[in-house]
Formats: sequence, structure tokens, C-alpha cells
Amino acid sequence: MLLIDCPHCGPRAQEEFGYDRTLDSLVRIEDAPDAAMAALYARANPRGEDDEIWRHTFGCRGWMVLRRDRVSHAILSVRPLGPEALP
Amino acid sequence: MSGRYSALALLRGALGGHRHWGRAWRAAEPDGPYDVVVIGGGGHGLATAYYLASQHGVRKVAVVEKGWIGGGNTGRNTTIVRSNYRQPQLQRLLEHSLKLWEGLSDELNYNVMFSPRGALFLGHSDADMTRLAERGDSLRAMGIDAELLDLAAVRRLVPLLDCSPTARWPVQGGLIQRRGGTARHDAVAWGYARAADRLGVDIIENCEVTGFTRQGDAVTGVETTRGTIAAGKVAICVAGHSGHVAGLAGIRLPIESHTLQAYVTEPVKPMIDTVIMSQSLHCYISQSDKGGIVAGGDPDGFPSYAQRGQPMRLEDAIAQAIALVPALSRLRMVRCWSGVTDMSFDGSPIIGDLPLRNLHLNGGWCYGGFKATPGSGHLYAHHLATGSPHPIAAPFDLARFAVGRTIDEAGVGPMPQHR
Ligand SMILES: Cc1cc2nc3c(=O)[nH]c(=O)nc-3n(C[C@H](O)[C@H](O)[C@H](O)COP(=O)(O)OP(=O)(O)OC[C@H]3O[C@@H](n4cnc5c(N)ncnc54)[C@H](O)[C@@H]3O)c2cc1C
Ligand SMILES: [Zn+2]
Repeated sequence: MLLIDCPHCGPRAQEEFGYDRTLDSLVRIEDAPDAAMAALYARANPRGEDDEIWRHTFGCRGWMVLRRDRVSHAILSVRPLGPEALP
Repeated sequence: MSGRYSALALLRGALGGHRHWGRAWRAAEPDGPYDVVVIGGGGHGLATAYYLASQHGVRKVAVVEKGWIGGGNTGRNTTIVRSNYRQPQLQRLLEHSLKLWEGLSDELNYNVMFSPRGALFLGHSDADMTRLAERGDSLRAMGIDAELLDLAAVRRLVPLLDCSPTARWPVQGGLIQRRGGTARHDAVAWGYARAADRLGVDIIENCEVTGFTRQGDAVTGVETTRGTIAAGKVAICVAGHSGHVAGLAGIRLPIESHTLQAYVTEPVKPMIDTVIMSQSLHCYISQSDKGGIVAGGDPDGFPSYAQRGQPMRLEDAIAQAIALVPALSRLRMVRCWSGVTDMSFDGSPIIGDLPLRNLHLNGGWCYGGFKATPGSGHLYAHHLATGSPHPIAAPFDLARFAVGRTIDEAGVGPMPQHR
């Protein structure tokens, strides 16, 4: 099971968190149709590292970006997700 | 050759410690160029190769498998076979497959132990029962068997189910597809492999595809850990690894790979002779022919290629099963495992062409593709041999996402973690 270091609450068990989507899947209001389509439906889905948006759903309810290895399950970094990254 | 598995051979084997059994298919070496190279030796890939050879006369076919055949989700799933889906496109697809299951052991001359013991959905509330009644009506209108059961009938069918009013998830009734059931997962891979091999298909194990050879926008073959293999057409059929393999060709898919777990208990005498499922809970229970109770639950809910599950999800799955059938709490779990599933962004498979010429995809089967094995192979072979989709498979093209023609059984949008 993952131990996720919430930027606001510190290390907490995975049960408190929910995976939301990858960082490249945010659709911005000004996106052209092609870019919006890609954000909705085209995933790199790498057998390796990717940036993912998670939420501390049963904790502070804050959003964060995890850089994670999808084979080893290692968490390489956690950073808060600010308003500048939101659509 | 067809007499190889006989009562006499079994008897002879018993005397000699069963050491005389030979290989059921050749250990082929890469011998290109091939008309078609199928990537992935799971049930779907092997079935595709078999139907290419048997139905379409395409004999120069190879199946390349990075490990051993059937070692992926084919050998890891809970083997539930049914066609009682909600969307008409999926009903047609899976009914096509179920009809093939019904004759599969004869077709392959190999006992795949297809056991139509009935697949029962439980209803836990008035809303559930309304939903199941609607589902049954739509299935019957499609010519697919469905029977709504009241509580007494469910109780008769599964006496060990907790049907008391104080149950954690009270049962009000159910919907059963009597033609649904289970099959022996390994036998499906082995049966298709043996039958395809006899028709000249090369099954090449321990051969991982690591890239594609190209000429302009056309794919001309695959690069593998056992060298380059030239091919007229390349057919991706790698289940949970669809995203990775398409990525080797620079293609991004509406797919995320997630882990799904299952577990089995020690073998016991027959106690559950039908498949019990609850879609409100996402719990499914059956008893294998060996006697073990096989069950599973929700996917782990985040991207992973690890083939290694999270204990918290396993606990959920076990808690649900015990709440439904309290007697299960007395059993010991002997194994749990997981597989990497290709969660598509509408929950339905993708069968058809990719943006590069001569490169094709059959994937995105999420957690439900075992039941589709014969149909999936049959329809994919049709596409590869004729160059155009079979009418039953046509709605499942990759282009549907761009034009908003998704087939979303659960109605949750492009959010694989919520399926
Ligand atoms: C725990 C669990 C329970 C399930 N329960 C059910 C169920 O009850 N009913 C149901 O209908 N479905 C179920 N499923 C889903 C079902 O197992 C899959 O949808 C189906 O098996 C996928 O098709 P396949 O058999 O071809 O896949 P696989 O058997 O996984 O075949 C794909 C093959 O491709 C190979 N491969 C991958 N990458 C490469 C490469 N680069 N080069 C060469 N080869 C490669 C893999 O090694 C693998 O052998 C379940 C899945 C899991 C994990
Ligand atoms: Zn927090």
C-alpha cells in the first residue's frame, strides 16, 4: 500500500486518498477541439513514470500532483496543486 | 493425433506417473515474413490466430508472446462468461461470443470445461430490482435469455446467501442468465493454441515486442527480443499492455492500465453451484470445479502495471463476499493475485484500425474480456483478413471517441477509476 506524503498533512495511508486523473488530462476552457480531445482521451499510459493528480479525499481534501512509477509503485515527488494548474 | 487424449492414454499415463505426455503445440522459432503477426498469446490473440487460419485460410500467422501463453489475464481471471449487458452493442458482441462458447469444446476438440451453471445478478433495493427488470426486458427483446427472480427463487438457488432482513446488503431478488457460467481459463488458451498450431500457426513464446519497423506511415513488422519479424499486418492483442505497446508506435489510446485482483479459498464440497454477482457492490463469487471459492471485487483504482494488488481492495472484496455468504468466513484463502487490465475510457473494447497502416488493435477489455475470448478472436480475425470490420465489431472502432459515439455501459465518462 502507498504511503503518501500530503503537502498539508504529512505522510498518510493510501486509503485516505483518491486518484483523479493524469496531469496532462486537464481540459482548459480556451483549448482548441483537438487539444481538448487529446486531454480527454489520449493517454501516454507509460509503463514507467507519469504525473498524476490525487486528492486527500478523507483528510484535508487538498489536491496534489504525484510523480509515480507505475511498475515499482515508488512515489518520486508530491507537490500541491495550485489554482494555476486548474482549468 | 486426435486420439492423443483418450481414456486409454490416461490409464497408461497413470501407470507411468503421467510422464509420457508430449507438447501439445510446437515451440516455434521466428520464421518471417508472416501475413499476420499477432502480438500477445492470451486467449484473444490465440483465438484470433486460430480463426484467421480456420475461417479465412490465412495460414502464415505468428503469435508472439513475451512470457508463456495464457500467463496474462487469461490465467488470472475469475472466468465468468455471460452476455447480459446493458448496451445493445455489447449485448450483440457478447451474445456472438456466448454462442461460440457453447460449441467451443467441439470446435477445438479440447475440453474447455464451459459450464453454463447460470449467472445471477442480485438486487438489493427497489431501485436495483427496477434496473434488473428493465435489463431483462431489453435482453429478451434482443433474443438473449434473462429471467427475473423473486427472493424465494434466489433463496432456493443459493441457500447459503444471507437473505435475512438484517443482512448487510439485503437481497430482494435477482436476474439470471441461465446460459451464463464459467470455463476453464487455461484450457481456453491451450485449446486455441493446439488447434491453431495444427493449422500451421507459429506460437513463439519468450518473445517480447520492443518496437515496430515502418515504411512511411505503414508498419512492416515488429522488433522483438528474438530479432526483427516482417509482417503484412500487425495485430496488437496485449490486454493490460495496450497502452505500452501502442506507445512503441507513438500512438496514444483512451486507455489506462489498472490492477484487478482476485482470490481463491481452499477447496470444499459443492456449496455454490451458480455464479453470484452484485453490480451494486461489484462482487462476484463462484466455485471452481476443484472446489475453491473464486471471487473478486473492484479494480485498485489507480494506474499500475505492477501485477501486484493493494491489500485494502482485497479486504473490501472479501468483506463483501462474506456479507453475502456468511459461511465463507469459515474458509481459508489459499491464494490471491492480480492482473493488469486495460481500462478504456468508456469501459468498452476497442477493435479495429490504428492511425498507422497495417497496425491494428484489439484491447480495452477492462475487467470483462474473458467472456469475449471466442467472439473477440472471431471478429478481429474477420477484420484482419477482409480489411474491414465485422458489423458486430464496427461500433467498437477507435474513432468513436472523437465523434462522441462512446459505448459507456456504466455511464461515468472518461474516468477509469470510477468503473
Ligand atoms: C483478476 C481478474 C479477474 C477477471 N475476471 C473476469 C471475468 O470473470 N470475466 C471476464 O469476462 N473477464 C474477466 N477479466 C478480464 C479478462 O481476464 C481480460 O479482459 C482478458 O483475459 C484479456 O484478453 P487476453 O486473454 O488476450 O489477455 P492476456 O491473457 O493478458 O493476454 C495478453 C498477452 O500479451 C502479452 N504481451 C504483453 N505485452 C507484450 C509484448 N510487448 N510482446 C509480446 N507479448 C506481450 C502478455 O504477456 C499476455 O500474455 C478479469 C481480469 C482480471 C485481472
Ligand atoms: Zn492532506
